[in-house]
Amino acid sequence: MKTSEQSLSNAVTIERKNFDALFASLIKREYQIVGPTQRDGAIIYDIVKSSNDLPEGWAEEQNAGTMRLKRRNDKALFGFNSTVQSWKKFIHPPSQRLWQTKQSSGKPAIIPEKSKKQKLAFLGVRACDLAAMGILDKVFTDSPFTDTGYRIRRSDILVIGVNCTQAGGTCFCASMNTGPAISSGYDIVMTEIVEKSRHYFVVEKGSKVGEEIIKELPSAEANVYEIEGAEELVNKTSSAMGRKIDTTNIKELLSRNSENQRWQQNAQRCLTCGNCTMVCPTCFCTTIEDVTDLTGREANRMRKWDSCFTMDFSYIHGGSIRPSVYSRYRQWLTHKFAAWHDQFGTSGCVGCGRCITWCPVGIDVTEEITAIRMSDKNNPSITLSKENK
Amino acid sequence: MKTKAKPKLAVWKFSSCDGCQLSILDCEDELLAVAGAVHIANFPEASRAVVKGPYDISLVEGSITTPHDAERIHSIRRQSKLLISIGACATAGGIQALKNFSNVKEFVSIVYATPEYIHTLSKSTPISDHVKIDFELRGCPVDKYQLVEVLNAFLNGRKPNTPHYSVCIECKRRGIVCRMVGHEQICLGPVTQAGCNALCPSYDRGCFGCFGPKETPNTSSLAEFWSKKGMGKRDLIRTFRGINAYAKEFRLESESHE
Ligand code: SF4
Ligand code: SF4
Ligand code: SF4
Repeated sequence: MKTSEQSLSNAVTIERKNFDALFASLIKREYQIVGPTQRDGAIIYDIVKSSNDLPEGWAEEQNAGTMRLKRRNDKALFGFNSTVQSWKKFIHPPSQRLWQTKQSSGKPAIIPEKSKKQKLAFLGVRACDLAAMGILDKVFTDSPFTDTGYRIRRSDILVIGVNCTQAGGTCFCASMNTGPAISSGYDIVMTEIVEKSRHYFVVEKGSKVGEEIIKELPSAEANVYEIEGAEELVNKTSSAMGRKIDTTNIKELLSRNSENQRWQQNAQRCLTCGNCTMVCPTCFCTTIEDVTDLTGREANRMRKWDSCFTMDFSYIHGGSIRPSVYSRYRQWLTHKFAAWHDQFGTSGCVGCGRCITWCPVGIDVTEEITAIRMSDKNNPSITLSKENK
Repeated sequence: MKTKAKPKLAVWKFSSCDGCQLSILDCEDELLAVAGAVHIANFPEASRAVVKGPYDISLVEGSITTPHDAERIHSIRRQSKLLISIGACATAGGIQALKNFSNVKEFVSIVYATPEYIHTLSKSTPISDHVKIDFELRGCPVDKYQLVEVLNAFLNGRKPNTPHYSVCIECKRRGIVCRMVGHEQICLGPVTQAGCNALCPSYDRGCFGCFGPKETPNTSSLAEFWSKKGMGKRDLIRTFRGINAYAKEFRLESESHE
């Protein structure tokens, strides 16, 4: 964690009216800028060209199974929280060709797919999503097998983070230790401050490129009030967060509760639609589809986002090994919150809350985990309270 | 490699709107390739010329609604090596299966001047209720890419990529903002099989369920969710009783609200 003193030496302020200088500087460096924008009644990440494209004055109201945009009473550019989907789609695309084979005469030729390097600036990355990118990096590049395509796509991405100064309705990053403050993995980090008569950003560098970009912007050295004001806003966000999970020994908790009846209760509601996995910034599973042309002389191997909620996902000879709804929901949740620790040395959840918001019937992981903890036979607090009776 | 004789393809029609056959014609770009890969031996929507059977592949559109249909499908089966039923009518009875929930005799006596001329069965049923089928391709109409994919797979001796998961998966891959969560619309996507590439949600409408129930559809959860939001029984019945009204899981769900 950074201390105020450290920040003090680095931080600058940039006024809202000068914010477009950031776009200019990025464009000059030939970055394509991806950031939040308002579309289809929601805030999504897409190509943005200037601050006009940002969702100025918009916020979203999120709760389990529902999201509505609403007007803020100010003109904040980043006054919302988690978007419909994360940055995953840019570094781990929903559908991609892995290779192709063609046969004109003789032996079929294998044509490998060349992943393109992309020079992208991610503008407005939240702490949870940045943590999620760190997890995807681990999964795809920091294991015995490296996903070359991922490495190439990820290699030239500039991250401009934004600290959260309010929490969304389904956020629980504080419980997962990933936010609301951004602590690492960024090139530039900002905190947006909207006061009655002043709208500005407290900005810090996180890398050499970040530093160079900041130097080009009309800025002033941040004073202690500005810095502490920004920090206080972020701290308040943390304490005001609506949802939480108690993660104490969560791996053991979930492992010993594989037969907890809560799974069966939840199965009454779960649609196995897969939305939760699709919107999750760390869910990385894919399926392979081989597509031939009618002559059988050309074939493409496609890789597409998949979900552990489909039957095919666990299909082996003779059938799917997770035919029941409860076994699929349990698989997802226990992998994400427990087995992930063994596999990747981290939780698979960053607390962004998307799976809660975008579940069509509003199933809430925080509620499910709490229910499992409360009905856990080994839960010391429950045993205690029983003894007290 | 010696060129083999091209497989003979026949297209058959039963009670239907012809929309699925039109999907074949709609495959403009792919049609030439299809025509190049198979010998189109019988395709009433495209040509009157008929080549006698047997056929390697029969695509069957439409549902069985008359005693005559019920006989004809057996003769088609006998002439076909592979029989693939295409579309909601052929795979679930179609929209005309709405009659299955009422008394047909009453309709007939009200609608037709000479009811004796009407020879209709009491139910509209899918092809698979009458003969063994080799593959069912869902949709109302079928998706042209899936149709080419299925032909393609059979011609190349591989499994077709026609997943049984939800429309939501396609919806999310396309980055569409959920019609339910983001817009409080009624959407059957979470219980409907993918295949259309989330067509309706991409045009700001909830899914109508054209591709029928997905694998393990939890229709009762969705119905309960909507009824808690204030949807009445009548609307619940109508939501599940649409193009795929007679598909088992949708039928049971609509019946449970009667
Ligand atoms: S499990 Fe849910 S809250 Fe956790 S990272 Fe995934 S979508 Fe976000
Ligand atoms: S938890 Fe919700 S989003 Fe996830 S599969 Fe179940 S119903 Fe769909
Ligand atoms: S719009 Fe419909 S199909 Fe798409 S994700 Fe939402 S519920 Fe699923």
